[in-house]
Amino acid sequence: MSAAAWSALLPYLVLTGALLVLLLVVSFRRGHALAMWLTVAALVATLATLPGSNAAGAQSIDGFLTIDAFANFFNGLFVLTAIVTALLGYRYLDARASRAHREEFYILLLSATLGAMTMASAAHFAAFLLGLEIVSISLYAMIAYPEEGQAPLEAAMKYLVLSGVASTTMLFGMALVYAAVGTMAFGAVLGASSDPLLIAGQVMILAAVAFKLSLVPFHMWTPDVYQGAPAPVTGFVATVSKGGVLAVLLRYLVETDLLSHEALFLAVSLIAIVSMVVGNVLALLQDNLKRILAYSSIAHIGYLLIAVLVVSALATPAMALETGMFYLAGYFLMTLAAFGAMTVLSTGAPSDTESLAAYAGLYWRRPVLAAVLTAAALSLAGIPLTVGFIAKFYLFAAGIEAELWALLWALVIGSAIGIYYYLRIVFSMIRTPDDGAVPAASVRSIEGIAAASVLGAAIVVFGIFPTPVIDVARDAVRAFGG
Amino acid sequence: MNILALILFLLLGGVVAWASERVHPNAPRWVGLLTFVAAGLYLANAWAGGYAYANQYIEWIPRFGIHVILSMDGLSLMLVALTLFLGIVAVVSSWTETERSHGFFQFNILWVMAGVVGVFTAFDLFLFFFFWEVMLIPMYFLIAIWGHEARAYAAMKFFLFTQISGLLMLFAILALVYFHYAATGLLTFNYHDLLGAELSRDVAFALMLGFFVAFVVKLPGVPFHTWLPDAHTQAPTAGSVILAGILLKTGAYGLIRFVVPLFPEASADFAWWAMFLGALSILYGGYMAYSQSDFKRLVAYSSVAHMGFVLLGVFAFHEVDGVLVTNELGMQGAIVTMIAHGFSTAALFMMAGALQERLHTREMSRMGGLWVRAPRMGVMTMFFVIASVGMPGLGNFIGEFLVLLGAFKASIPLTIAGALGVVVAAVYGLVLLQRAFQGTPNPDIPVMRDFGWREMSVMVLMMVALVWIGVYPQPLLDLSGPVIELLWEAP
Repeated sequence: MSAAAWSALLPYLVLTGALLVLLLVVSFRRGHALAMWLTVAALVATLATLPGSNAAGAQSIDGFLTIDAFANFFNGLFVLTAIVTALLGYRYLDARASRAHREEFYILLLSATLGAMTMASAAHFAAFLLGLEIVSISLYAMIAYPEEGQAPLEAAMKYLVLSGVASTTMLFGMALVYAAVGTMAFGAVLGASSDPLLIAGQVMILAAVAFKLSLVPFHMWTPDVYQGAPAPVTGFVATVSKGGVLAVLLRYLVETDLLSHEALFLAVSLIAIVSMVVGNVLALLQDNLKRILAYSSIAHIGYLLIAVLVVSALATPAMALETGMFYLAGYFLMTLAAFGAMTVLSTGAPSDTESLAAYAGLYWRRPVLAAVLTAAALSLAGIPLTVGFIAKFYLFAAGIEAELWALLWALVIGSAIGIYYYLRIVFSMIRTPDDGAVPAASVRSIEGIAAASVLGAAIVVFGIFPTPVIDVARDAVRAFGG
Repeated sequence: MNILALILFLLLGGVVAWASERVHPNAPRWVGLLTFVAAGLYLANAWAGGYAYANQYIEWIPRFGIHVILSMDGLSLMLVALTLFLGIVAVVSSWTETERSHGFFQFNILWVMAGVVGVFTAFDLFLFFFFWEVMLIPMYFLIAIWGHEARAYAAMKFFLFTQISGLLMLFAILALVYFHYAATGLLTFNYHDLLGAELSRDVAFALMLGFFVAFVVKLPGVPFHTWLPDAHTQAPTAGSVILAGILLKTGAYGLIRFVVPLFPEASADFAWWAMFLGALSILYGGYMAYSQSDFKRLVAYSSVAHMGFVLLGVFAFHEVDGVLVTNELGMQGAIVTMIAHGFSTAALFMMAGALQERLHTREMSRMGGLWVRAPRMGVMTMFFVIASVGMPGLGNFIGEFLVLLGAFKASIPLTIAGALGVVVAAVYGLVLLQRAFQGTPNPDIPVMRDFGWREMSVMVLMMVALVWIGVYPQPLLDLSGPVIELLWEAP
């Protein structure tokens, strides 16, 4: 391996090293604050190595990983999300999880991040599966972390069983593809072949991906897992686990040009449309904020599939990648802000603050958190002044350029339905509370409030001045694959 | 003049008003009032000094060819002036109304108005859409937090209607930009660049409808008007004043500024239907206004009728040498109607708010004979009802008369229908006056505080404006004339 390859690989090495150090530290000297700040320091160090990794150019690591600016864009998102999750989780776990093992949470957090980073740079089925399983296995434990409640355990079990089935399906699909073409590297897999073995394999892989992205009809697990998982972990599940799969999906589709196969294109379009509609309609019926956000995430990933479909619909995948990256960055921001506000409100409470009724009068009780949650809800609804609007604008621009009219109409209808329930969130915060509906969090989470405020501010700042993010995304697209 | 600074000043005023609540509970009111007055003086100074017409051009999102383009011409100028004036009215009319979080209340008023000023001056389609949506969120809060009993429903309905139609407009804007880009290779949202976009007839028609629906929802025209009676009735007084006085005008402005110039042929093709909707709004709005027993709802429906005249005037395309061209008289009439309606309806909503504050009801059956108790309010109501009905010598008459004169050249049956609407207006206007202020005094109402100097001074200002437009509308026509001539030349 060349020196450039080593420096491209540096973020992965730093994070792996930090993971081992943390493991050792936790074994010898327990301390919640120590573990948390060590984790944040490790993640910041990883973040600091990303520009150097970009400077090395696109590097193929033995055909297993391709580390380029595209991968590092996602890596940056994942690492930032992990930092936010650590900050949010600190006081939350302090109050909730058993004293004996709060520190291991951060080990799982780092390994899940590493898995997602592996997916972002995967150029080979083995790397894909490896990354996916590292994320999933870390998440099983993270979801069940506060061991007191039954709900987290139930959610973890559900996720374990269903996610296991999806992984197996994917593995089988990969085997079929391997049988057909004799290689597992993305670049060598043929896209628009009519070999039935190959098509069957591709369909199985896509179905598993759809499960991980919680697209309709593979979405059943989402609301239950979102609801059962502790709030900071839900934020992480909603962002990093989906972002990793989306990154690898984009790279896979660009390399194989799979969607130039007409039937597959149609199938993915249908999944997108159905996800937008079903996600939004089911979200209308919820009174639980976690479930609303679960269904809304189904719809949002459905919107994002427009970017995925544009990969093959235009002459170059540049616009598709740019749109996908921007949308995902926006989605990360607003989802984390929403779960961040929820986490801070739930800190010190016996269970998470989930029902909309519990948010009544939040504007007058906790104005900062209410503002953050408002920014997140309006951003998810795609209202201007927020990053969610620019993201939706990107989708419209890409969809119109590729002339995907049916999908755009679904986007319009989905967004129209969405406005209703996002606005309900906002309205529930300005309502006067019913008697006794308001739980009081006994612990103030300074770290959590700081993280949530930064997220909320970022939603607005990037909603008005999106150019920095656009520039980073465009540079990454230019460097894609080398 | 610096338009961006004006908008930022209003936004900043909002933040200061909110923060000033900590200093003194009354401070936000004064901050709000002074902000509008200062902004108004700045505009008046620029107007008098002859440097009001300005252009600002700042790069914003170069990736999509989006710029901050703010310009002021005659049409923008009069509407911005109306906006700032009604800002003062809104603050004054709610001086004693809200107790709870008054700082946030003033913040929302200032931010709505900042968005509206942006809408009236933006010449980049992205920026226009941006302001179009920015003005909605504070309006939503005004209705949802400080509204009356059914505020949640009304606020949601208002937001859904305007948002969904806004989505259609966003779709249409992007499609227009894309088709222009595909034809010329120039990716831009600049209004002036897009004016000459060459589109196939079908595409132009579809895009025109996207814009049209968004603006007619806001106007509102039948059949997209159903949000209006609810929103108006439930909104606090300041909200109703802003909504009727100025937000409805953004829809009319959009029709004049965007729909007709961007899609001249498509608008001409659609003109008869648009006029038909206009005439329908006039008659249906009048009919519904007559059947209301709620003071505010009556005025709200009368707005639907009055805005029907705008639709009738803007789309009164008539044939010259075998080509359909825009109708100068109709356009002039529509613009005068916008301004005059802004004053007359704002005054009536202020009256409704004052009555609700004193009587805790909007039901006219529980009023009656109020003239005796509060003669100043009676006189004011009579004046503005008469103005709203279209009495010659007052502003609304000039507007509606010009519209009918223009529409006559386009379609005689629709003009007759519109003229009938004027008769209906007289009926519901007088019904309002009779039920609320005349007849035997309701014994349940003991004493009622009459208007004080604060309310009277605002009312008198609006009276003067209406009389001035009614007697000598030429300055207004001179302002809008050049804008309309440009439209006339465009196709």
